[in-house]
Amino acid sequence: MTVSDVRIDPDAERAVERTPRPAALLGLIARYPLGAAGAFVVLVMIFAAVFAEAIAPYDPEDNAFEYMFTPPGAQFWLGTDDFGRDILSRIIHGARTALFVGFVAAVIGATGGLVLGVASAYFGGWFDLIIQRVMDVFMAFPLIILALAVVAVLGPGIDKVIIAITIPFIPQCARVVRSSALAIREMPYVDAARACGFSHARIILRHMVPNVMAPYLIMITAFVGQAILLEAVLAFLGLGVQEPTAAWGLMLKSGAEEYAESAPWIPIFPGLAISLAVFGFNLFGDALRDALDPKLRAQ
Amino acid sequence: MAKILEIENLQTQFFTSAGTVRAVDGITYTVNRGETVAIVGESGCGKSVSALSILRLIPDPPGRVVGGSIRFMGMDILALSDAEIRKVRGRRIAMVFQEPMTSLNPVLTIGRQLTETLEHHLGMAREAANARAAELLGMVGISDPERRLTQYPHHLSGGMRQRVMIAMALSCEPELIIADEPTTALDVTIQAQILELMRDLTKRLGVALIIITHNLGVVARYADRVNVMYAGKIIEQGSALQIYHQPSHPYTLGLLKSVPRLDQPRKEKLDPIQGQPPDLTRLGAGCAFRPRCRYAVERCANEIPALEPVSEGHTSACWQKDSLDQPLRDAS
Repeated sequence: MTVSDVRIDPDAERAVERTPRPAALLGLIARYPLGAAGAFVVLVMIFAAVFAEAIAPYDPEDNAFEYMFTPPGAQFWLGTDDFGRDILSRIIHGARTALFVGFVAAVIGATGGLVLGVASAYFGGWFDLIIQRVMDVFMAFPLIILALAVVAVLGPGIDKVIIAITIPFIPQCARVVRSSALAIREMPYVDAARACGFSHARIILRHMVPNVMAPYLIMITAFVGQAILLEAVLAFLGLGVQEPTAAWGLMLKSGAEEYAESAPWIPIFPGLAISLAVFGFNLFGDALRDALDPKLRAQ
Repeated sequence: MAKILEIENLQTQFFTSAGTVRAVDGITYTVNRGETVAIVGESGCGKSVSALSILRLIPDPPGRVVGGSIRFMGMDILALSDAEIRKVRGRRIAMVFQEPMTSLNPVLTIGRQLTETLEHHLGMAREAANARAAELLGMVGISDPERRLTQYPHHLSGGMRQRVMIAMALSCEPELIIADEPTTALDVTIQAQILELMRDLTKRLGVALIIITHNLGVVARYADRVNVMYAGKIIEQGSALQIYHQPSHPYTLGLLKSVPRLDQPRKEKLDPIQGQPPDLTRLGAGCAFRPRCRYAVERCANEIPALEPVSEGHTSACWQKDSLDQPLRDAS
């Protein structure tokens, strides 16, 4: 019998090494109750966004003038707005807009920052200096001002909103990733990769990027929350998505301007949706940061 | 014997705010096919820098090879383009680093790290590379190689990781392996295993080995030839036997005397080299070892001694090389 005949079943061994999944999940919930609550909000939002047509009781863009300004009740759970549109349906569909903008902007922004940040740390010297000073210029502007300026130049529309939100994210993520990558750059395995004759691009993408995944993922969750808020702000200011698309900022705007007192349910519920979504993503992001940081986990 | 590596008058300097550090200051040596050459010296004497210079891995800035030549298999290493030197690194000259705990990427599997080199340099398909990787792990004495390929570095002990590093170095069948203090971070028992392994494999595969170490025990057992370095210069060159039995430089003599030996009476005090290695940013006119040397004469302060023959294949850079007492020989 040769050595290769004595094989341990790999699956059997893995089962011993790892805690079974349901138990691990319960353990995580017990350890991070707030994070679990955040994750719950995130999951509900994703569910609502994906299955909006199936869940929403009415068409979100269907005007029904006979039902204008109906207060919350049995027929319209969260009431109707000034066009007689069901607010619950619009919030459910609005989740789709918010998440789409949020995720796309966060992923593009964080990924752009990831590549720039790691490259900046890896090459160092002049390259690092120039990249970092350009990032400084972008970071000198408050997030919202920069986004406003971009939208003002590009014009409204969902694609332009995404670009406007993405641009301020890139330097933020680049800065955080760079600081982690600076430490990775000094690790012997990076030298070892160079001694193996790999190209700069390969070392950056294959050897360094996977090592800064933790800050990258945390930045993404933080960015999704911020992006949802920014998207709502831009819509509220009339610079984002346009009527009749269901978007939370837009709903808040039309409600808050005219009906804050006469029909308060029109602005209140979209406002709550925004707050809850951002809160959920932030809680989730914080818990993720704790869970991915071995130093914090030890305590 | 065919020379595969010829280093001539190599000078590597670091330009720092504190001044120019002459880390490697004109060293010359050759490595023959299948030979094991040791470079010995204290921390900071330039032995690692001299090795990194061969692969052009000196971080620039602040460091640069400012003079001399490195010829490997007839190629002028210093004149190669970046793309060409990358084809030499890992493929024809491989390197084993000091710290096995951090020389493997923690987020990639052992298999991935082994196959990456094979795919990159030899253009192997994934399947073939996996088979070869398992074979290599078997060769360096790792049991159950197929399973190890799917594991991550944290599953392995330090000794195992160094075996993996050796497997990686051997993977593309290079002509030369540079091992930079390969056993410093390991337990003594593991050290011996790793060194035996490296010696067996390099002899069997006909790979030349440059082993950088501060451990004279390693030199005695495993090296064919020895270069002793001090303050960026080679101060004594010879076969391991010659260096051991007829040390002809006060520094080599001092190194040998400061190693505790089991075959000496236990009460006898160690005789360390007094003082500190010199600051490489301001080397004076004379011999760099003079301030710590008990044989120093007036001439040592003004003239730098060159490497001159002591006997066949044995050279020493010391004005007093012929009038050193030989306590090691006397004792035996």
